[in-house]
Amino acid sequence: MAVIKTTNLTRKFGDLTAVDNLNIEIPEGEIFGLVGPDGAGKTTTMRLLTGILDPTAGEGWVYGRHIVKEAETLKDNIAYMSQRFGLYEDLTVIENINFYADIYCVPDSERAAKIEKLLGFSNLTPFKERLAGRLSGGMKQKLGLACALIHTPKVLFLDEPTNGVDPVSRRDFWRILHNLLKEKVTIFYSTSYLDEAERCKRVGLIHKGRLLRCDTPEEIKKETGTKSLEEAFVSIIGEYESAKSV
Amino acid sequence: MNQQSQYSEAAVKVENLEKTFGAFTAVNRISFEVKKGEIFGFLGPNGAGKSTTIRMLCGLLTPTSGAGTVGGFNIMKDQELIKQHIGYMSQKFSLYDDLTVEENIEFYSGIYRLSKKEKEERMEEVIKQAGIEDFRKNLTRALSGGWKQRLALGCAILHKPNIIFLDEPTSGVDPITRANFWSIIKEMAGRGVTVFVTTHYMDEAENCDRMTLIYKGTIIAMGTPEEMKTDIMKDDILEVRVPGADEWIDKLESLPGVKDAALFSTTIHTVVENAKIGSASIEAAFKMAGVKDYSVNKIRPSLEDVFVSSIEKYDKEHPAK
Repeated sequence: MAVIKTTNLTRKFGDLTAVDNLNIEIPEGEIFGLVGPDGAGKTTTMRLLTGILDPTAGEGWVYGRHIVKEAETLKDNIAYMSQRFGLYEDLTVIENINFYADIYCVPDSERAAKIEKLLGFSNLTPFKERLAGRLSGGMKQKLGLACALIHTPKVLFLDEPTNGVDPVSRRDFWRILHNLLKEKVTIFYSTSYLDEAERCKRVGLIHKGRLLRCDTPEEIKKETGTKSLEEAFVSIIGEYESAKSV
Repeated sequence: MNQQSQYSEAAVKVENLEKTFGAFTAVNRISFEVKKGEIFGFLGPNGAGKSTTIRMLCGLLTPTSGAGTVGGFNIMKDQELIKQHIGYMSQKFSLYDDLTVEENIEFYSGIYRLSKKEKEERMEEVIKQAGIEDFRKNLTRALSGGWKQRLALGCAILHKPNIIFLDEPTSGVDPITRANFWSIIKEMAGRGVTVFVTTHYMDEAENCDRMTLIYKGTIIAMGTPEEMKTDIMKDDILEVRVPGADEWIDKLESLPGVKDAALFSTTIHTVVENAKIGSASIEAAFKMAGVKDYSVNKIRPSLEDVFVSSIEKYDKEHPAK
């Protein structure tokens, strides 16, 4: 069964079609990368799938819940870490996590064990009394992830989570994601960095709201005769644009 | 504005450059040289000393000790002259959102004290180079990230500097925009402009002629992208294909000689001390488990592999006290 499924999912803003007849199916435990230029529709797609924004047409389901009709219960099963994930800089690491635990009504009986696990897995245990505002970029991002995971979501949406994060911190971040995949969490990951997309099991290339390709990085490179996803990406978009101008 | 240095063939040269803040050494006696017309990458994790170094080179911060020249000007004494002769663009772009494209260019022309004639000429050149002819009367706020980035670059080079410093110029910009940006940068370098660039993105560092990796205030690696991947990188990278790759990560990582294993889509990249010994031990593990359908191949390391390996090596040799 697909954990994420959409049929002709479409969202318009006035004359602009931000997401245009999107059809995707993502199985449980997969990490799926959504890549595309700025303004291609990546963030709008995320917002549709997380029940924040209603589609103009089409339908979608996430973990068996309809993204419009069951938008509220949908949120019990998912976590969404946006580009500007809200951490409170004047609260400590542990206070931030407790705050999110309250929002998600995590019962007291489960809380201590969960927090300990999340701190351990993000290597933040030694920093739990530090103010969030005093963490490095990479540590803030790991704290954001720990907060997003406090209610043990089944599906994790990450919108360009590693912008401006250095390679060493990025490796740590990916290690955490792999541990989540082992627990069968499904991850929907948007990025504009294609070396990062190479790590995803499958990649969807979105441009002007349309899904132009959706396959494993290896197949996409093979089919376009390119060595990197970056070359493949430029070639596919170039082809689309020239076909349209004819 | 175009006078070249008569003192030095190098565009940037520093020797034993040091900056301390109280008891903390941000930059620990580093030495390097950047040639004229070179694209030089300055890489390192957050807090490694990148920004402190750039600020010393741009005449914004006085070094604690050491010596250096930028465009022939002494970084200890001629800081005002340095500022007039270099271009600087940061990831924050420093554009006025509530001014139009033309007004931003005009504002920077004023700062760089261009004459009326120079201003008119440079305005057209910069707008054309950035490809923003259609937006000249638009508020900067309304531009996409890529256009803003090119406008910011244009504003940083209005006074035709011979050296430009780019501090994480493409953070959060998409691949097509980045490719366009880099073609402008390469064209500038082709005309003899020296480009000093910091970035976190290793695919971007591939565009540099040479690069240096700074960590804990110390230079730990330097070379061309090719040298970084061959001479500097002591470990080998093996690409492992096996059905159910996800299930194998932990097992491979626990094998002797395997330092690291990470999933790349449907394959596993492992870091091993030696390709031959590493593949023998991985293949033995597969055979023992009765797996037949596998392959293990040595691949070229990426710059990211080199970056992470060099840092791990440094930490091992310099354990924290």
